[in-house]
Amino acid sequence: MDVHLSGRLAVARLEELRAQISAAMKEPDVVLDLSAVDYMDTAGAWLVIDMQTAIQERGGRCNISGTSKVHDELLEVVRQSIPQKDDTAKPKDGFLDWVETIGRKTWSGVNALIEILGFLGLVVARLGTVIIHPRRLRLTSVVHHLQEIGLNAVPIVSLMAFLIGVVMAFQGAVQLRQFGAEVFVVDLIAISVLRELGILLTAIIVAGRSGAAFTAAIGSMKMREEIDAMQTLGLDPIEVLVLPRLLALIIALPLLGFVADVMGLLGGAMMAWIELDVSPGMFRTRLYDSVDVWHYAVGLIKAPFFAIIIGIVGCYEGMKVGGDAASLGRLTSTSVVLSIFLVIVADAMFSVFFAVIGV
Amino acid sequence: MANQGDAIIQVRGLRTQFGDHVVHDGLDLDVNCGEVLGVVGGSGTGKSVLLRAIVGLVQPKAGSVNVFGTDMLHTSDEKRQQIERRWGVMFQDGALFSSLTVRENVEVPMREQTDLSARTRRALAELKISMVGLPPNACDKYPSELSGGMRKRAGLARALALDPEIVFLDEPTAGLDPIGASAFDALIKKLQTTLGLTVFLVTHDLDTLHAICDRIAVLAEKRVFVTGTMKDMLKVDQPWVHEYFHGPRARAAGIGTED
Repeated sequence: MDVHLSGRLAVARLEELRAQISAAMKEPDVVLDLSAVDYMDTAGAWLVIDMQTAIQERGGRCNISGTSKVHDELLEVVRQSIPQKDDTAKPKDGFLDWVETIGRKTWSGVNALIEILGFLGLVVARLGTVIIHPRRLRLTSVVHHLQEIGLNAVPIVSLMAFLIGVVMAFQGAVQLRQFGAEVFVVDLIAISVLRELGILLTAIIVAGRSGAAFTAAIGSMKMREEIDAMQTLGLDPIEVLVLPRLLALIIALPLLGFVADVMGLLGGAMMAWIELDVSPGMFRTRLYDSVDVWHYAVGLIKAPFFAIIIGIVGCYEGMKVGGDAASLGRLTSTSVVLSIFLVIVADAMFSVFFAVIGV
Repeated sequence: MANQGDAIIQVRGLRTQFGDHVVHDGLDLDVNCGEVLGVVGGSGTGKSVLLRAIVGLVQPKAGSVNVFGTDMLHTSDEKRQQIERRWGVMFQDGALFSSLTVRENVEVPMREQTDLSARTRRALAELKISMVGLPPNACDKYPSELSGGMRKRAGLARALALDPEIVFLDEPTAGLDPIGASAFDALIKKLQTTLGLTVFLVTHDLDTLHAICDRIAVLAEKRVFVTGTMKDMLKVDQPWVHEYFHGPRARAAGIGTED
């Protein structure tokens, strides 16, 4: 059977041409006449060769005729470039595959935690070096990060805590008024804000603000080989990048927690005054009398631990960024999710701990 | 389809500037159909900016860019897109999409602009990847797993995905080893002769200029200072051009030693 192709053998017409030759594919002896073809690109050449190979594999014969010199050359180039078929791709078993994926994911999760612990150990060791040689501490850098993490976060943390105080008072008022126990709104606000919400929500905001910034900053330095450059210049990335951030965070988070406590109480007091006629004076007296200072201490004791979690996770994920831009985005979001998750886990463990020792 | 020898890219009076910094002023350049044009110039003379201005990534302050007879600066978006489909661009570091494998990268233009079946797309992508000299196992790798030279080749494969009529290459051989660079030169030459490609090539590589360029355009003094063949270049007595084509590296590349 003779097949005549004409016009442009180009990528835009490929499906149309394939339909044209499909009838000939079943024939034992095919002659492909290309004399009327005036333009052929690599896709067109590929189609011709693909057809020829398919026919020959079936034991048929396929000759190409009428090609110009240029087309011959192109066909030859394409023929040489067609990759060898490999049958190495093995069919996958759906269920087993699924089980394997779960196993691998679990293992990589465990590994990641071990690695983070290893990273924590490394940072603590470097901290030890800095304590022995205090001159190696990058003080300017610490102060810079204190401003970034601490001072610049004051407005958002204040507003957040103030609103939480307002919400607690408002919600508490509705319930407590039913029992005529309005004055207990002070206990409600004070204990929930001082013990839990103030520091927990501050930690979450800081994880989203600064933890993500750590990962992005260190990650983009890693991507552009700046960290490698540091190492070759005899600078220790942990000492230069991680320690100042971590120290600043450990100092700033308790301070921010304190700001959140004060603003939460202020918001609660204001709402209690408006909604329940609990005057500021009464609020203060009730606060002194019935709320133990330990509630405040319990909140702030947790702050440095949350700071360590956020700092270590943020820096560790930054160090894991590879050469591609996609990993930077992925790890930044991992960093935020993981540090918030770990902060909440730690908070739960603290709750159990304080309940057991009776504070 | 343009005929061999027609000027398919015509740049007239091009002026580009960033803030107060003028890169080009009154730049004229023709690129003829089917030729390999090498653009050279010192660092900071705006070779890459010229390429970007022609493909529309930099908005010129004045002048006109005509491609296939269409004024690219004053035309409808639809017409622009039609023209853009007829060229392929290879950026310096490949500019591959990092979230896609090499094969998926090459398939992107096919997926967007043709109605090819998935099997055909896959086969064509593998063909292009193999044509630029990448091993078959590179198909399923991500760009971050490749070396710089392999990324360049993958970038070329993507630029060639739809068999464009013009390819723009930004420093195709920079950072390649000499063997890889000559293979790349040979590949471009082979594609140019078999496909009738027009190649716009920004380069510093004297070997490339010598081996494959039909014509050379030298950027200096904010415009195309001179165009011509390698022989013409050797006769230019502007100091920079003279130094470029008569310097020690030019001698090493065998330029000007044959006659």
